[in-house]
Amino acid sequence: MAGTAVRGRLTWQVSAVTALIDETASVKTIELQAPDWAGHLAGQHLDVRLTAEDGYRAERSYSIASAPGEPVALTVERLEDGEVSPYLTEELRPGDDLEIRGPVGGYFVWDGDDSVTPLMLIAGGSGVVPLRSILRHRSNLRSTVPVRLLYSARSLADVIYRDELDQEGAGVEVIYTLTRQQPQGWTGHRGRVDKSMLSEVAWPPDQQAIAYVCGPTPFVETVASSLVGLGYPAQRVKTERFGGIGGS
Amino acid sequence: MDDLDGNAMGGLMQEIFGVEMTTAIETCAHCGNAAVVAETAVYLRGPGAVMRCPTCTNILMVVVRRQDMHCVDMQGIASLSPAGQTA
Amino acid sequence: MSPISRGFHGRRREPAEQSSRVPPGQYVTQDFPVLSAGPTPRTALDNWSFSIRQSGNTSKSWTWSELQDLPVEDVTADIHCVTRWSKLDTRWRAVSVDTLLAQVEHNARYVLAFCDGGYTTNLPLADVTAGQAWVAFDYDGEPLAPEHGGPARLLVPHLYFWKSAKWVRGLELLDKDEPGFWETYGYNMYGDPWREQRYAGD
Repeated sequence: MAGTAVRGRLTWQVSAVTALIDETASVKTIELQAPDWAGHLAGQHLDVRLTAEDGYRAERSYSIASAPGEPVALTVERLEDGEVSPYLTEELRPGDDLEIRGPVGGYFVWDGDDSVTPLMLIAGGSGVVPLRSILRHRSNLRSTVPVRLLYSARSLADVIYRDELDQEGAGVEVIYTLTRQQPQGWTGHRGRVDKSMLSEVAWPPDQQAIAYVCGPTPFVETVASSLVGLGYPAQRVKTERFGGIGGS
Repeated sequence: MDDLDGNAMGGLMQEIFGVEMTTAIETCAHCGNAAVVAETAVYLRGPGAVMRCPTCTNILMVVVRRQDMHCVDMQGIASLSPAGQTA
Repeated sequence: MSPISRGFHGRRREPAEQSSRVPPGQYVTQDFPVLSAGPTPRTALDNWSFSIRQSGNTSKSWTWSELQDLPVEDVTADIHCVTRWSKLDTRWRAVSVDTLLAQVEHNARYVLAFCDGGYTTNLPLADVTAGQAWVAFDYDGEPLAPEHGGPARLLVPHLYFWKSAKWVRGLELLDKDEPGFWETYGYNMYGDPWREQRYAGD
């Protein structure tokens, strides 16, 4: 699978929406049929461009939710003051055209070539999207790389891909922390990810894991600096920030 | 509004440079710090895109798009080496 | 040619009775988008001052409390951002730039506003006088939030909003027009929203 990312000139292409899947009350997965798609790596993004009848355009970047080799899919959270995300989550229908270009990025990727190094995946909210691509890729490759996913969500109802994550097989530990609301009898973690939670949950530094951290900017800053404080070398902590609440 | 990071400028940079640039290493002309482009601080919600040094916040790069033309300023970057490596 | 995105209209919500107040290419928004080219500076009011400079020297400066002691005006204005949103009837409390310039002797024809964080923007003197420009510190009845330029920002509502510099700390008085931050990168030196002067040459 390695080396399937085609580099070079980025051109806009028209894809067709094949399905829309409700993930949570405010999150949808959009499956696309993209005839000109040259393939992607786990963790990459694509750009979406919307064009209004009067020519007005809006462009945004989203993480790809599907694994390499699978049809392109996005998972989008509706942001209340947004312009593009309300359109994608509320207006878009199967059969609609969606203009995309990509894949984009080569930093926050996992190619699956390394079958030894443990993965420490850490997501805040919809930051789980590129990590889901990594998990699916691992599963499709039948890789035995040990993985821990620490996923911070407001409540259990806000957990994206919950059914899929609960079915992850051997070698994948999924650990939730719920920051705002916990169901009765919840024995898992609560509150925001901090250094003490990471010292309990993250692979110890001597395992030489590689960490992928994705979420809102303050979340990523806290997690990345805590991991470095725990002894992770900075170059083994890959980060992707998507701003604050209310990006677009 | 919190900043984004260089990952968010991946598409724009690929459009300008013709190759994937988020794994490139930039060296700040102000403080000399070297960082992966993906780890720079990026502000996209203004009239143009602004990339800043994650260490000293010096402006590394500004891109203003006007129709299909880009105005690119990279005075804040002392060197940019696309020989970055992926995981 | 891009396909039209069925059902996509951007943010625009433009009641007909407001259309005469909205410049071409703009849409009305109810919220207040935060646009920035850098991290939000946070200057303590004790360390804050507003200065008028000429030829690199400070001609006059006011501390935060001195500025508050000047005559304050309530201003209601429509604002227009070059990224195409307009916001109607925004309410500010502010000191007029006329009040500040009245305390300085000068023959300037242009000003360059300077700010915490290094941002600058240029304006003709004629556009920051005669009751057209203010240093604003309250928005909608509250102290101006840092992400919107607090403690104080310039308010020049008849020009595109990038001219209303956030985190403003003073004005440099100039004989000749000099481009500020966005103007250096191809944005219009003047920026009249009614003539859609977004970029150089518009």
